Amino acid sequence: MLNTIDILQTLDMLDRQHLDIRTVTMGINLLDCAHPDIDECARRVYDKICRRAENLLPVTRGIEAELGIPIVNKRISVTPIAMVAQASAGEDYVPVAAAMDRAAKTCGVDFIGGFSALVQKGLTDGDKKLIDSIPRALAETDLVCASVNVGSTKAGLNMDAIAAMGRVVKETAALTADRGSLGCAKLVVFCNAVEDNPFMAGAFHGPGEPECAVNVGVSGPGVVHTALKNVRGRPFDEVAELIKKTAFRITRMGQLVARTAADRLGVPFGVVDLSLAPTPAVGDSVARILEEMGLEVCGTHGTTAALALLNDAVKKGGLMASGRVGGLSGAFIPVSEDEGMIAAARSGVLTVDKLEAMTCVCSVGLDMIAVPGDTTADTISAIIADEAAIGMVNNKTTAVRLIPAAGLDVGDSVDFGGLLGTAPIMPVHPESAAALIARGGHIPAPLHSLKN
Amino acid sequence: MKAIVSVFSKDRIGIIADVCAVLAKMRVNVLDLSQTIMDGLFTMVMLVDTGTSDLSFGEIQESLAKNGEALGLNIRIQSKDIFDAMHQV
Repeated sequence: MLNTIDILQTLDMLDRQHLDIRTVTMGINLLDCAHPDIDECARRVYDKICRRAENLLPVTRGIEAELGIPIVNKRISVTPIAMVAQASAGEDYVPVAAAMDRAAKTCGVDFIGGFSALVQKGLTDGDKKLIDSIPRALAETDLVCASVNVGSTKAGLNMDAIAAMGRVVKETAALTADRGSLGCAKLVVFCNAVEDNPFMAGAFHGPGEPECAVNVGVSGPGVVHTALKNVRGRPFDEVAELIKKTAFRITRMGQLVARTAADRLGVPFGVVDLSLAPTPAVGDSVARILEEMGLEVCGTHGTTAALALLNDAVKKGGLMASGRVGGLSGAFIPVSEDEGMIAAARSGVLTVDKLEAMTCVCSVGLDMIAVPGDTTADTISAIIADEAAIGMVNNKTTAVRLIPAAGLDVGDSVDFGGLLGTAPIMPVHPESAAALIARGGHIPAPLHSLKN
Repeated sequence: MKAIVSVFSKDRIGIIADVCAVLAKMRVNVLDLSQTIMDGLFTMVMLVDTGTSDLSFGEIQESLAKNGEALGLNIRIQSKDIFDAMHQV
């Protein structure tokens, strides 16, 4: 029997509340592409990606049309390239990045992630080469995303790698200065990176993953925001309940798309990532959800509490709706990609320090934050160290994606266009942490008992 | 395939007849239909079976969109799966 109200509700979510599937990401194992010659390795990488992902675009487009729901991004994630390329004799891995870029363009996807290294405990020779290759790899390609995992709850923090990543971020900004330092928007530094994340820039196909898998990231801040208008002034129990129900619906749709895509592509279904991922469009903002809960501006006192509830309720609602949940799963707070965050940062209410506090209770971390172009590599490393420490101690994934926008200062903003949005330059503390970063070494893993 | 056809338009005489004629021409079978005027807007949802038609789902979709434009109606067709997934446990 027809339930007109349910149908109209779904159509309204699609038409006016920006409901979409944010990404269908195919994870591909490239370990079998290793070769002593770097150019042959690059050729194998290109061939394998094209072979595995040749139907990704037509299949996802077919699902979009059939279900009538936009799938905003089609992406590919691959085995961390440091693992694949270190069998090669080459001194830098840029040729592999170039092959990834060409393959992504051949397959017609939006981004390809996995120019990555996992160095939480220490660096292999290949990891070093990959990290050194990142600035050029990002400057000379269009669709390649890079990530480096510098810490974990079990291994502690690799402070040498953190020091190196500050310099890599700066160099990437300099090499892409003509494009608003766009290269940095494609570079994430993780603690406790997950192996099945479908979201960029941090997606890679971890070594524990199957040969190939389809992971789906859902979205829906606009749907949650609209639903919350019905419980204005009501106690938080009702808010949590409503968010859970809404997240359940959104995730069911993600599950349907993931299963359908996996069946039609003939590869295993990986995970549904339960993330509330905003866009710069009005009505698709996580910050506006927090403000709907009773904040005058996102970033004021109370923001962390509101975000904690939102993040937890999204997970609880989504968990039951999907057969397998993974990835980053939670509320994202990328400043430049969220219309409400952009406004809050411009007004000066939302600061980097407050964002750091917010990352203690939500998904990911300091994301898509533009800082002055003259921010030193040491300061960037220190910001990465703080954020990684939060992830390490709290047993969660945290990440840093900072853009030290070359030539720009507080009061300016940098426009990346599309989903990457517009980033107002946010101030950082001018006082130095150079001596802290210069120590290098390792911050030991935290105690797992006596938790207080 | 079971699908939902939704139609939105300014109200006028003969909308249901027009839409059904287009569907009948493609041999798409109407299983259920619900229509109302919502805030002055003609709003109709239909449950249809596209399995009776010789056309592919994509061709039916294209034809409905084209005919909708000619008739001044906003018509779309989507798989019923998406509505079931969101509203049925």
